[in-house]
Formats: sequence, structure tokens, C-alpha cells
Amino acid sequence: MLDYTRRTLENGLDVIVHEDHRSPIAAVNLWYHVGSKNEQPGRTGLAHLFEHLMFEGSAHHDSGYFTPLQEAGAALNGSTNCDRTNYWEVVPTNALELALWLESDRMGYLLPALTEEKFENQREVVLNERRQQYENRPYGLALMALMAALYPSDHPYHWTTIGHTADLRAATLDDAHAFFRTHYHPGNASVTVAGDVDTTQTLELVARYFEDIPPGGSTPPVLIHGSETTDVKPNRDTRLVLEDRVELPRLYLAWRTPALFAKGDAAMDMLADLLAGGKTSRLYRALVHDGRIATDVSAAQSSRELTGWFCITATAAPGHELAELEQVINGELGALSEQGPETQEVERSLVQVEAQFVYRLQTLGGFNGRSDQLNAYNIFAGDPGFIDQDRARYRETTTDSVQRLAARQLSSGDRVALSIVPQGEGQRALPGSELARVS
Amino acid sequence: MSEPVDPTRLPRPGAAPSVRFPSIGAVRLSSGVELRTVEHPGPPVIQWLLLLCHGSAADPATQPGLAALTADLLDEGSERRSALELHRALDGIGARLGVHVGPDTTTLSLMTLTQHAADGLALLGEIATQPRFEPTDFDRVRTLRRNRLRQMRTVPSAVADRAYIEALYPGHPYGHLGIGTDTALAGLTIDDVRQFHAGTYRLETGTLIAAGAFTHERLIQIADAALGDLTGGTGRADGRERVTPGAPAEPSARLVVVDRPGAVQSEIRIGHVAVSRRTPHYHALHVMNMVLGGQFVSRLNRSLREEKGYTYGVRTGFDFRSAPGPFTMHGCVQADATVESVREVLDEMTALGGARPVTSSELDLARASLTKGYTRGFETSGQVARGVMQLVQHDLPADEHDQFVPRVNAVEAADVTMAAATYLRPNQAVVVVVGPAREIENGLEALNLGPAVRSDG
Repeated sequence: MLDYTRRTLENGLDVIVHEDHRSPIAAVNLWYHVGSKNEQPGRTGLAHLFEHLMFEGSAHHDSGYFTPLQEAGAALNGSTNCDRTNYWEVVPTNALELALWLESDRMGYLLPALTEEKFENQREVVLNERRQQYENRPYGLALMALMAALYPSDHPYHWTTIGHTADLRAATLDDAHAFFRTHYHPGNASVTVAGDVDTTQTLELVARYFEDIPPGGSTPPVLIHGSETTDVKPNRDTRLVLEDRVELPRLYLAWRTPALFAKGDAAMDMLADLLAGGKTSRLYRALVHDGRIATDVSAAQSSRELTGWFCITATAAPGHELAELEQVINGELGALSEQGPETQEVERSLVQVEAQFVYRLQTLGGFNGRSDQLNAYNIFAGDPGFIDQDRARYRETTTDSVQRLAARQLSSGDRVALSIVPQGEGQRALPGSELARVS
Repeated sequence: MSEPVDPTRLPRPGAAPSVRFPSIGAVRLSSGVELRTVEHPGPPVIQWLLLLCHGSAADPATQPGLAALTADLLDEGSERRSALELHRALDGIGARLGVHVGPDTTTLSLMTLTQHAADGLALLGEIATQPRFEPTDFDRVRTLRRNRLRQMRTVPSAVADRAYIEALYPGHPYGHLGIGTDTALAGLTIDDVRQFHAGTYRLETGTLIAAGAFTHERLIQIADAALGDLTGGTGRADGRERVTPGAPAEPSARLVVVDRPGAVQSEIRIGHVAVSRRTPHYHALHVMNMVLGGQFVSRLNRSLREEKGYTYGVRTGFDFRSAPGPFTMHGCVQADATVESVREVLDEMTALGGARPVTSSELDLARASLTKGYTRGFETSGQVARGVMQLVQHDLPADEHDQFVPRVNAVEAADVTMAAATYLRPNQAVVVVVGPAREIENGLEALNLGPAVRSDG
């Protein structure tokens, strides 16, 4: 579905080019294989804070990154999650070199320009991002509570990408410099150029801008509980409660599930869809449409590199309690585990997935555009062309595999149940809930 | 390609490629439906948009929320299909349905693969014109919307939006959020919805827009076949469409504070009623806004984020509507920087039209970032279809998009100063703050905006 050419430079940088001549634009997309999972306890949030610093100037252009690019008509942004950090520019083709120049300068020569003043400023910006997106938002602390409960304290997914406030305050400029030296080098990166470009010329152009950057060392392995292999699930029904400035109680049921591209991952996606994707889904009908005991319900498989997690979220309608919602959800999960889904349900999910693969091809750049997908497949599957195998995973999903996964992955014996309830109404949590720890 | 890279200076991009907006086919189908088509080669996707010229401003004065509730009920079953059957049909072809109610328009959008284009449009037509409107669905959906209103009371941005629009447009068709009020929703009946639908959802008064990987002829053929017998055609529209709201009264207050005790940030809105989409100064206002707060490297974001670190980001913008819409600065800042941030926004609104006019480098940057990236905005079928929608909604000339770049490039410093001096009115701006009132109220009152009006959101 996605044609590309890939070369690896001597310094280890993967270069991918994808041609599409319908519009005179070029999408530059650069992934660093580093996220919050590469952080150390006590310095959480550093990967994301670091992403902010990448926009503040580098040795040969020590002023804002936005000005020259916006002046050339670019759109640009970056993002960090637990597994990776990405940066992108979409430019008119005449400005491709400008974008490559800037990306190569900050890959090779960021540190001379990275000052205490910039660090302090962006630390404050990130603390305000945390206030806006998490602390001052209803139910905004749910993710932190869930991650902390799903994964033990020495697991790299124990904390969220935004990090703990105390850690952000404790971070130093030296931490940032060390983080850059460890993770930001060609061997830990993949750059894709997609759009109205010539493959041969573009490979040469990218090489000219990036081949002189020194390779950097190997990046330290990500350890789970101090070892690379052991990954222990919570082995009990963990029940937690948080009081928040909310009107209606909300229930989160979360489980550890297969990792990205692992066996069962695609089927979990389809399971999420038939449980809560749209108005035909089982939980929407049971809780919202027919039962009218919830105002909304959603379900999602979060596919991550080390391990996935699955979450069902539902908000209680006025006059109803989370225990009622839980009972209905348990009933639906039980029915799926015992009888499996109907063939048409799985077929409908597959049609949706297949359409989504096509819809995703519509944009070249930006988050989830074609250039981002090529890098994702390259970094996570080692193959930029993995999209075809990715699609095949869904086609291979059957009613049986969905049934088996529902039974094996979504039992109440090893899940985390988080209740977020209005302030002063802690008794409305699921019975037996302990106070969640969030910092 | 062989010259070495100069690591000491930025490459200077050559001339940016120019692109024309694709040509738009315009026909009236035999059924009376206006159709606009755009050929957009690429992935096999078709975007359908049905634009109807009534939005939340068409809500009767005592029934805010009626247009949005009606729209929400459209996909709860049709004359032929139950809600479940309808959604099974949509899901069965992987279609993406969207229903959006804005102040001036209601838009139904449907994205499908080309192979399902005809089935998808037939479903869209069925949804728009033949909703079932069962009393039980009405009751359930209304309850869901009332619950959402209740939840919005704890969402700072939603609380701020409501307080702001109510203060800006007292007693005016624009003076409420689309979702309406709890009292109004409680008083609505299924007959209100049926009546509103009969008067407004008339395909012969709307426009269908199609963009995607088919030819004009193919799109016309599909539309004709799918919508041929759906226009009803007997009754007449009741004239609610295309009514442009009149001038609003003075704002009900200059300073509104909604208490959120202990909140770590303040959610802020600052602005006033400004201009309609058809203002002759549209392009100058765009440029002016880019300088003030319309992009990352604007004066306000540079100062409040990149220098002071008070915020994750602030933006300003004009909401160009059929009648004069708001100019608004919006953002959230850490609570202890609330007063200083509000003061700075008002000061910058003043300075751009007077003491500190736009500099030549700011002007170049603003014009360039608007013009050189303009074509990026028409990459997908959905974006192209929305480009056409703008033209239809505001009766703009067919070459409006192609004129954008030359007109922006013609904006000079004096035009920016004029736009700021004339269309930014800091002395009449309404300030809404949702935050910890006890910590910020005295400081805000010292800004001489008049007494703070406390609202409970």
C-alpha cells in the first residue's frame, strides 16, 4: 500500500523516501526511538521536556525553530509518548532543504545552544501543560493512577509521559545534556521524506545533511524489573478510587494485554471495537442505549512496544452507581468469553479497520500521515513496508480468536478497576477500593 | 546537488510552488438539490458534505439547543431502519458519519471508500430527510445531552466558552452554545423537533458537496441516483434558513469571574464582537491576527509562553461568521499569572494599532506563513470539500481561494495598523476568567474593567 525506498547511512541513520506527486509539498518526519520508557525513576518527564527543548534553537541557528519554517510556509510539531519521540515538518517542496538543515543541526549540534535559561523556561511551560491537560481537567489524573497500578514501580510504563511534578522540578540542565547524548543520535533515529520529491536526489540530499553527524554509542536496553524478559502482571483484582472535581462517577477497567504487533494485539483492537465502537457495539447498547445507566462508554487497546493495555471506560448516568455498570460490563465480557462474537460483528469490525487503513493514506505529513506510518513501521517492526502485514493481522482474526482473547485477557482476576467520583463521595467507588496514589 | 552543505547559514528557499484550487463543478440536480463537485485524485475516498443553512442561531429564543438536539436525533433511526439497522449499514461499509451544528450552519459529513460512495450517500440522504424521531429516542438523547451539560460545568474551557458567549451576545441568536441550556432542553418536546426538522432540513435549500477520486460526471450520476426521490418537495421551507442575525446589544459585563476554588490555572477568554466573513478587510485581519496571537511566533505566545513560561500556549482568532462573530484570545495560564496575563493581552491589543505597530519582519513572517503554506490546507478530499463549503456558505466568488495569496501579499504595514486600530477594541473587550476567584479577583478588578460579575458557570 505504501511504496518506499530505504537506505541506512554509515552513521546508522535510516532514510526512507516515499514519492507522491499530486501536490507540491514535502513531508519530513523524524523519529527518535526514545520515550518515557527510557527514563529513570526520579527523572520522569524528561523525554517530553526534552522534546520541547528541541524547538529552542541549535548551534548554527540559535534562535527559535518556528520562525524560519513558518516563514517558508511550513507546518511543524513534535510529540512524545512512552516509546518514541517524533518531529515533523510539512513544507512546500522549495523549502525541503531548509527543513533538513534544521533537523540535522539539532540532531548533530543541539547542546552548544542548550542553555539554563531555555531549560528553565520550557520546564515552566511543561508544568503548565501538565496543569492544563491533567491537573485542571476533569478525570485528568486517571491515566497516572492506571499506569501506576498496572505496572510496578520499576516498570518503564509505571509513570506517564508528562512525568511527576517533583521530578520535573528536580531535573537539571545536565540531565538534559546526558539525555541528548544517550538517545539523540543517528543510530537511534529514522527520517522519512514523503511527497513531491525524486527518490535518488532526496536520498543524496538527506545524506549530505546527516552523514557527517557522528554515530553515537549504543543506547542502553530498557529493563523491566531490572531484567529484559520478566514481565509480571498484577495478579489480583486491584480496586482504586480518586475523588475529583467531577459531576458524574466514571469507571475505568484496565488490563495488561499483548504488545504492539504481538499475537493477539490486532484481535484486541477488534474486541475493543465490537465492545464499544459506535452505536452497534455491545456495551453501548447494554449501558447507554438500552440500559440507560451510563452516559458514555469506550474501549481501546493501547498497543505499546513492551506490553499493551486495554481499557473500558464508562460514566454513570445520574441516579446510577459504578457497581451497576461493572455488573453489566462483566456480564457482556462473560457472554463474549463463553459464546464468542457473531460472525457479522467480526466482519463489520474488519470492514471498519480496512477502511481506516485507506483513510489514513490521505495525508502525507503530520501525526499519523504516511511519513509517520513509514517511520512507525520502521522503528517498531524493522520494516517500513510492514503496513501490508499489519493489515493481514486483522484479516486473520476470527470469532474464535476474539472469544479466546476475551476469556484470557479480560478476566476480573488481574485487572485494575479505578473509580473517579465527585469530591466527598468516595463511597460511590466500587466496594473495597483503596485510595489511588497520584503525584 | 554536489555543492557542500554550509553549516553556518540557513538555506534560503526559492520561490514557493503555486497551486490553484481545483475547479468546482456546479449543477442543480433534477430533484432540485444544488451539487458542487471536485475531482480529487488520490486514495479511493469520497467525502460527502451536506450543508444546510441553519445552525444554533436558528434556535427559537426560548428554545436554545433545539437545532443541536434535532441534529443529534438524525441517526437514531429512519423511516425504514431502526437506529441499530442504520448504524449496522454505516459500519458495514466503513463509512464515517459526522453531524456538526455551528452557529450559522448544520453540516452532515460522510466519508466512504469510492466503492461505497453511492450506498454512503443514500444513507446520508436517508439520515437527513427521513429521521424516525421516536419519542423514546427523543427522551433518551435529550437526557444524554442534559447529562453532558451537567458534566460541562466542571470543564474549565466549556465554562469559559459559555460565560463568554453569553456576555458578548446578550439576548442575541449567537448568545448561547449549540447545546443550549438545561431549562430549555427540559421544556422541549418531540413535536418541537419534528417541526424544526420539517422547516429546516430541506435538501432543496441546502448544498451537497462531493470531493474525491471520481470524475465530476460520476459524482453527479451517483448524487442524482441517491437523492433523486428524497427532497420531499411538497411543503415549503419556513424561511428560517439564511436569516442573518442582527447587531448585538452591548455586552452584559466587562469582567466575568467564574470561581473554581483552588484551581492551578485560570481559563481565560478576552474579546469582543468583531466582523463577519464578508468584511472587506478579511485578509488584513488575518495578517494582523498572525502578528498578535494567531501563530506560535506571535507576540502573545512568544511573551506568555516562550519568555515567561506562564502557559502551554495562547492563541487569538476571528470567528468569521455570517453576521459579526467574536474576536477572541483564549488560553489558560498558571493561576498566579492571571492578572498579569490579562493585562498583557489588553496592552498588546492596544499597542498593535498604536504605540508598537507591526515591524517589517513581523509583517513578512505573517504574510509568508499564511501564503506559502496555503496549499497544504487542501491535501485531503475532506479539506477540499470544506474549502468549497466556505464559498457556498458565504456566497464567495469561485476564485476566492486562488485570490487568497495575492490579497494577503498585498497587505501592507499600514493595513495591519488600520485593522488593529479599527477592529481590536481593548477598551470594550469582555474578560472571562474561570479560576480561583479569591486569589485573582482583586487584581482583576484593579484593571478597571468594572466590577467583576460572579457567575456560577
